[in-house]
Amino acid sequence: MPNKPAIIVKDAVKRYGDFVALKKINLSIQDNEFFTLLGPSGCGKTTLLRMIAGFEDVTEGEIFLFGEEIDKLPPHKRPVNTVFQNYALFPHMNVRENVSFGLEMLGQSKSDAMRCAEEMLELVRLSQFASRKPAQLSGGQQQRVALARALAPQPKVLLLDEPLSALDLKLRKAMQLELKHLQRETGITFIFVTHDQEEALTMSDRIAVMSDGEIQQLGEARDIYERPRNTFVADFIGDTNLLAVKVESISGSMVQCLLKGGQRLKIAVNDKIKIGDSLHVSIRPERLFVSDVDDSRGTLRGTVKDNIFIGTDINSLLILDSGDEFRVRASNSDRGNKRIYAPGKQVFVTVEEGAARLLVD
Amino acid sequence: MAGVASKGGEVRSDTYRDSRTWLLLPAWLTLVVLVLVPVSLMLVYSFLTKEFRGGVVWEFSLAAYDQFFCDRGLFGDEPCSIEWNYITIFWRSIWQAGLATLFCLIVSFPTAYFIATRPQSTRVIWLFLITIPYWVNLLIRTVSMRFMLREEGPVNNVLVWIGIIDDPLQMINTSFAVQIGLFYSYLPFMVLPIYAAVERYNFTLSEAAADLYATKYVTLRRVIIPSIQPGIIAGCILVFVPSLGAFLAPDLLGGAKNFMIGSLIEEQFKGNAGNWPFGAAASMILLSMVMIILTLYARQQSKALGAGS
Ligand SMILES: Nc1ncnc2c1ncn2[C@@H]1O[C@H](COP(=O)(O)OP(=O)(O)O)[C@@H](O)[C@H]1O
Ligand SMILES: [Mg+2]
Repeated sequence: MPNKPAIIVKDAVKRYGDFVALKKINLSIQDNEFFTLLGPSGCGKTTLLRMIAGFEDVTEGEIFLFGEEIDKLPPHKRPVNTVFQNYALFPHMNVRENVSFGLEMLGQSKSDAMRCAEEMLELVRLSQFASRKPAQLSGGQQQRVALARALAPQPKVLLLDEPLSALDLKLRKAMQLELKHLQRETGITFIFVTHDQEEALTMSDRIAVMSDGEIQQLGEARDIYERPRNTFVADFIGDTNLLAVKVESISGSMVQCLLKGGQRLKIAVNDKIKIGDSLHVSIRPERLFVSDVDDSRGTLRGTVKDNIFIGTDINSLLILDSGDEFRVRASNSDRGNKRIYAPGKQVFVTVEEGAARLLVD
Repeated sequence: MAGVASKGGEVRSDTYRDSRTWLLLPAWLTLVVLVLVPVSLMLVYSFLTKEFRGGVVWEFSLAAYDQFFCDRGLFGDEPCSIEWNYITIFWRSIWQAGLATLFCLIVSFPTAYFIATRPQSTRVIWLFLITIPYWVNLLIRTVSMRFMLREEGPVNNVLVWIGIIDDPLQMINTSFAVQIGLFYSYLPFMVLPIYAAVERYNFTLSEAAADLYATKYVTLRRVIIPSIQPGIIAGCILVFVPSLGAFLAPDLLGGAKNFMIGSLIEEQFKGNAGNWPFGAAASMILLSMVMIILTLYARQQSKALGAGS
């Protein structure tokens, strides 16, 4: 088979004593993919990554690397490399020695390893720092050394555990692009761990959203953003308004829902639901229009509480008649189309077609 | 070495500029009263003339150093040829102290590593257990060791009982006994600094090494040991230096054949047979040797550090 998945995780369970850190994880990661594990702190991302690297035993289940079972192999026999969260550079070796370490361990001669290390350092633009010790480098430079060190032995899969979290915002954005670029260039499968949803959306081919040791949703960035499968994903990815609703009537694929304050909303739905169900509806703030005239399309009524300028956008905070808080985002560039109303003003909110999503759990 | 991180200690802040002199006073006092004065005294005494029945005559003399290095025949009137007696004792002492340091290192590293990798809560207990024997006075411990090692002592009894040997071994008054004595006397001075270094060691580095295809052995040699090297060196100094000057173990366990510098010096100041200037001279020679070894080490360290940057 030409296209074996790079990594298959099969029914993997991880327990620490009584505590279940991972509950039956199933994953299949393609070759050349930029795959991201995304979730809040403590959800088990690092544990899963460390199981793939070999630092943690798998309590139950199996892990395959290009079809070969690796979960029993010690870490130094797995052809995967890791970029550690705090880099873990060898402090007593200079940059070049750090980068050539893995190559030497693979049996390359010292001179070959050094030459290859120089090439890697060129790739991450650190050639002039080759003789420095890690402590003499800035955080961003150390990060790139860690990257070069992990890439030098040309692993089949590169594991990255929140590699950018210690960098300041600007550097982080630059490194995001650089990483993405490196991944394309080398063709190595990246498994990237982050708790930053924006970072995940920017970089990934596919994302697995995790919480409480489970994968909540797995898919392409856009898919997850636009079609979150449950309230956790909707809430965690991007900004959203979650409203509690009750199913009032169903006609075809359209459902009429009742909000708390007595207002109604029509929503398209595929999931199996029945009349009387209590559900949540998720609506992204940028897919709402506010107007001060009820143009009959407007379904929700509320009052403006505050407007917050955040650079590219303006966020308006509304209080719906139901009592729910509601966020609306207008891009700064189309202020003409989406008008901003002063606090205290009564307004009508229109939901863009297809923007409201009914979530079963 | 640990690189930049170990360079601490430079005072940069101006906060204490005015009071700095006062705050440094205890340090200066310690240095002067406990180091400078005694060493100077020793130096001066080594150049004085000996008085019979101990003590000195305040008259300049090179006799002590002459006695150490020169063999002038039975009546002391021949030209100087090298005196091997004392040099042999020195050489034996260095050899014994070096071996004791090596054995301490071999035993301490796994011990310290083991303790440092226990859960935080149990580490204190292990350290406590390690240090308990050392609450007993060194003299008493050494005497007890004599009992342990003598011919009808428990060590021989057990060995005979197990059947490893048929007749009790002569262990007392051998260099082996001295070795055991030195090893046991100074073991914690090796364990504690290495423990401190291993405890500070970032174990993710071992994972990083394994991740980069290093076996356990290579990780130990190329990552762990270099990272905790300062602790190892501190431990080696702390064991080697006192072993070199030790006199209890050689006296009580080694007998006359296994004389070490410490005993030689001790003898010069004990009772009526002593020779103070000679004892002082031997001490000065011992001190210079330790200084030379430490200086060479420091020189090599700064070179190694300099090469990195
Ligand atoms: N060695 C361990 N012993 C017990 N619990 C652990 C251990 N390592 C991790 N955990 C627990 O497993 C869960 C997942 O941890 P982790 O994978 O580090 O989360 P994340 O990387 O997503 O923040 C956490 O609740 C953590 O407390
Ligand atoms: Mg983590």
